[in-house]
Amino acid sequence: MKNFFKTIMLMGALATGLSAVATLPAHALVEIDVNKGTVEPLPVAITDFLSGDAVGAEISGIVAADLKRSGLFAPIDKGAFIEKISNPDAAPRFEDWKVINAQALVTGRVTQEADGRLKAEFRLWDTFAGQQLIGEQFFSSRANSRRVAHIIADAIYERLTGEKGYFDTRVVFIDESGAKNQRKKRLAIMDQDGANIRYLSDGRSIVLTPRFSPTRQEITYMSYESGQPQVYLLQIETGQRELVGNFPGMTFAPRFSPDGQKVIMSLLRDDGNSNVFAMDLRSRTTTRLTNSNSIDTSPSYSPDGSKVVFTSDRGGRPQIYVMGADGSGQTRISFGDGTYSTPVWSPRGDLIAFTKQAGGQFQIGVMKTDGSGERILSSGFQQEGPTWAPNGRVLMFFRDAAGAGGPKLHSIDLTGRNEQAIPTANFGSDPAWSPLLE
Amino acid sequence: MRRIAKLATNPVVIALMMSLAIAGCASKKTPNSAADLGLGGAGAATPGSAQDFTVNVGDRIFFDTDSSSIRADAQGILSRQAQWLNKYGNYAIVVEGHADERGTREYNLALGARRAAATRDFLVARGVASNRLKTISYGKERPVAVCDDISCWSQNRRAVTTLGGAGS
Repeated sequence: MKNFFKTIMLMGALATGLSAVATLPAHALVEIDVNKGTVEPLPVAITDFLSGDAVGAEISGIVAADLKRSGLFAPIDKGAFIEKISNPDAAPRFEDWKVINAQALVTGRVTQEADGRLKAEFRLWDTFAGQQLIGEQFFSSRANSRRVAHIIADAIYERLTGEKGYFDTRVVFIDESGAKNQRKKRLAIMDQDGANIRYLSDGRSIVLTPRFSPTRQEITYMSYESGQPQVYLLQIETGQRELVGNFPGMTFAPRFSPDGQKVIMSLLRDDGNSNVFAMDLRSRTTTRLTNSNSIDTSPSYSPDGSKVVFTSDRGGRPQIYVMGADGSGQTRISFGDGTYSTPVWSPRGDLIAFTKQAGGQFQIGVMKTDGSGERILSSGFQQEGPTWAPNGRVLMFFRDAAGAGGPKLHSIDLTGRNEQAIPTANFGSDPAWSPLLE
Repeated sequence: MRRIAKLATNPVVIALMMSLAIAGCASKKTPNSAADLGLGGAGAATPGSAQDFTVNVGDRIFFDTDSSSIRADAQGILSRQAQWLNKYGNYAIVVEGHADERGTREYNLALGARRAAATRDFLVARGVASNRLKTISYGKERPVAVCDDISCWSQNRRAVTTLGGAGS
């Protein structure tokens, strides 16, 4: 695993610009305004990357699939292509691409270096302006070819939308198998598109609610392995595990602070109520943030670390509250019909995602951080637990449709119009999206 | 604990519980104990055994939605539990708190914990030594009834008094 990250970092360092073929001044560039209410997917042509074997088309296929799933791009059927790209270093015949309404064109080539590494080159073209927008090359091991594809898709997404992509990310989640009353739950990690799944626990103990540290190298989660459900840390690469604190009762609902130095979580009191605590991972000191005779749980920091949003039933039913990171100024922000839980602060800082129960339905929605502007993105029989893509544009959550027998992972963008199923072999729940690797 | 485990893994018992759980979906009545479920017959178990407790006393109580208040119909069961536990003082006791699936996962862990604590406190108030009692919450992770409607949810909102450490 160590080598994996090293290679990628090395690869990132070796990403270099390819010289632009066209030298026209930049003007009338194709772009998507993601802030518009309705986004018409941008027609793009993604050609098979040239290579001596299947890897070129594999990589360009992953690029196309990433862009398509974002809902912002509509890759054009390859059968419509007129020009066959034979030299990706030369400017394409823009007329051939304009006539099939390809607003942007992606070309590329994958070759093998003498040392066995892959060299992947790609260019992004603005067909109507007749110029190259990006030209880059990457070196990686063959085993990392999917990551190269995701990095290329992120580069295209960022260039055409002006926002960071989220394709070179991973998801930790709970893999669920077996009958509902005897369900086996395992920690699992995979790429955001469902590929490269790996199991991080053996299923002998119940494990729940994994969340990434900002470094992506570590997760915090809850496990029943000691008999008492408690919060743990797990180093993904080494498998090294560690109990967070030594508390007499159940600890649960953990999340990292944005600087990775603290874990915030709930601690069960002897009277049956639960309060929010923050534990400094270096000094091992614990700070109590709430002290109410109620259930206070599901804390989540704002991205600047100054505030915490959490669920409490202190008003009678579960609602969302915001407080300072020191526990000051605890204020209810959810006031709609129904109950609210699982608040998660957007990595952009502007919104809070939540699960709402109303009218016998479970809804995934977002509200501004003062509770105003509530928008429901998805409604269903049983669904919960949103997690944000690092660019704050897409949420992943889990849904158990009536009669489905178990939960599956889904994503939905902030428009509420682009919902996608995330493929997993078994049932899946509690997804947590990683940050982008910088 | 051994006997409880045996009971729970006995395929016949599980099959019976499953079929009863399904039958439960059709009726609105919530069974309150294994005795109500018709498991075994009164007097079939050795007095003082874990089976005696489960079958003849009733090892579980049920809760209203999003509530950890001990219902009137549960108070009688817990009083019987306390009597039995006071009579057979050699058992250590773990009270499991459970929630139905109609809540979010973390909140339900807390809700299950509150139900377990409320049950424990009731037993302590009826004279069971508090140092014999531990609690654990399973949230909504261990349903006994698996249908997708209220008849199953009402069976899953429960606290189960489990016996361990006989002879200790």
